[in-house]
Amino acid sequence: MEPAIFYILAAVTVIATLFAIAEKHAVHAIVYLVTSFFALSVIFFMLGAPVVAVFEVIIYAGAIMVLFLFVIMMLDLGHPERARLPGGRDWWPALVLGAVTLAAALTLFVSRGPAASAAGKAIGVKEFALALFGKYGVAVEVISLQLLFALVGALYLGKRRNDRGEGGRRLGEGQSLLREERHP
Amino acid sequence: MTDLTLDITIHLAKIALIFFVVLTLAAYLVFAERRLLAWIQDRKGPNRVGPFGLLQPLADLIKLLTKEDFRPPQADKWLFYLAPAMAAIPAILTFAVIPFGAPVRLLGREVPLQVADLNVGLLFFMALSSIAVYGVALGGWASNSKYALLGSIRGLAQLISYELSMGLSLVPTVMLAGSLRLSEIVAAQKGVWFIVYQPLAFAIFLVSIAAECKRIPFDIPEAEGELVAGFHTEYSGMRFGLFFVGEYINIIVLGGLATTFFLGGWHGPLLPSFVWFVAKTLAFAFFFIWMRGTLPRLRYDQLMHLGWKVLTPLALVNILATGWWLMIRELR
Repeated sequence: MEPAIFYILAAVTVIATLFAIAEKHAVHAIVYLVTSFFALSVIFFMLGAPVVAVFEVIIYAGAIMVLFLFVIMMLDLGHPERARLPGGRDWWPALVLGAVTLAAALTLFVSRGPAASAAGKAIGVKEFALALFGKYGVAVEVISLQLLFALVGALYLGKRRNDRGEGGRRLGEGQSLLREERHP
Repeated sequence: MTDLTLDITIHLAKIALIFFVVLTLAAYLVFAERRLLAWIQDRKGPNRVGPFGLLQPLADLIKLLTKEDFRPPQADKWLFYLAPAMAAIPAILTFAVIPFGAPVRLLGREVPLQVADLNVGLLFFMALSSIAVYGVALGGWASNSKYALLGSIRGLAQLISYELSMGLSLVPTVMLAGSLRLSEIVAAQKGVWFIVYQPLAFAIFLVSIAAECKRIPFDIPEAEGELVAGFHTEYSGMRFGLFFVGEYINIIVLGGLATTFFLGGWHGPLLPSFVWFVAKTLAFAFFFIWMRGTLPRLRYDQLMHLGWKVLTPLALVNILATGWWLMIRELR
């Protein structure tokens, strides 16, 4: 039964991701992407990584995509369904990225070890946490520092706009929306 | 019957039981809320249908089902249809990890009264509660109406903010129980309930779940005084009913979780474990109704202030204090 479930989930992931890329409407694209994350999360669960599976939903589907949605709902996107197809010059960054991904996948496929057992034993929270904060502790700290930089940067950009009261029309609109709500 | 089919049958029976009990309870919670609010406000409430008005939920259901299922012409068709389900499903799915009674012996085997005892049970609940945001957000956005959009933007901001303090307030219980598995968290409270060790975490959790189920005083996504009905302004008939029932399912589920995390789950003297669990859960539901009859609505900025500047820092300090306390206890 497990292979059948896996193939269904894999198909859902791939198809939903394709739709997320092809969809012109940003909100619809987000819904497709969340579907894809959900299916992917169940695949992680079946591979014996329940912690990764749950974090996939909490962080990606539940936090990052919600913030995307929040921003998109605040912006007036006009009529995205009337947008034209991307022209020749818009293609090459996507092509470069696609080529890099494909090359990486091929390299992995060619150089994989002989005994890559599919579903090992499930890794519990304790083992996961010990590996994350013990073996990879420094990497975790470096990444969290990077997030802090991003936070400070965002704060700086937001502050500068507030002081001058100009620029960033879109952000300004969102803020005025919130400000109006303060005194209903 | 082989072992596997027996297993599947027992699981399906548990799922059917949960669906039946939770949906019935949700319907009667609506009725109980109307009666209790009426008493608080010195009215009688709905008392015409059946004895004491007990058949009122049925009458409401028939009314909702026979209403026109209207969709605004400019609305986004699929998302408008899907959003109510997105609001109700995560709520009832959460019940899968809640242990609602002591294990029972059935057909010569130990059957835990819990659908799935995941080792990441608490995180599973956090994941589903973060998904529940989509129903509110997409419902309001897809309606293509100003009131609905404002309601859903407020809802999004509120749910994201209070999810944070809710998650952080649960960390001390995990530290005390030493597990994210809900059955082990309940087992760790066999002697002393966690509310005794963690009154602050309990208070933060209680305020956060009130905000998570968008109840007064945190009902600014719906705020009927300002936004007509907020994110579900444009909904009618059973689709509105699904939003509504989803909210009440959410109350039951979050009450059940508060019971599991802080009030010792199904532990209790004399009465059967199942009864204890339901009684504690309904006590939370009663508390929410009481709160609705008592408190005025917060303003948007007050809500954000409370969430980000009071509850979240308090929860963080509480985690630190719990860590120190556990370390000192270990040293002795």
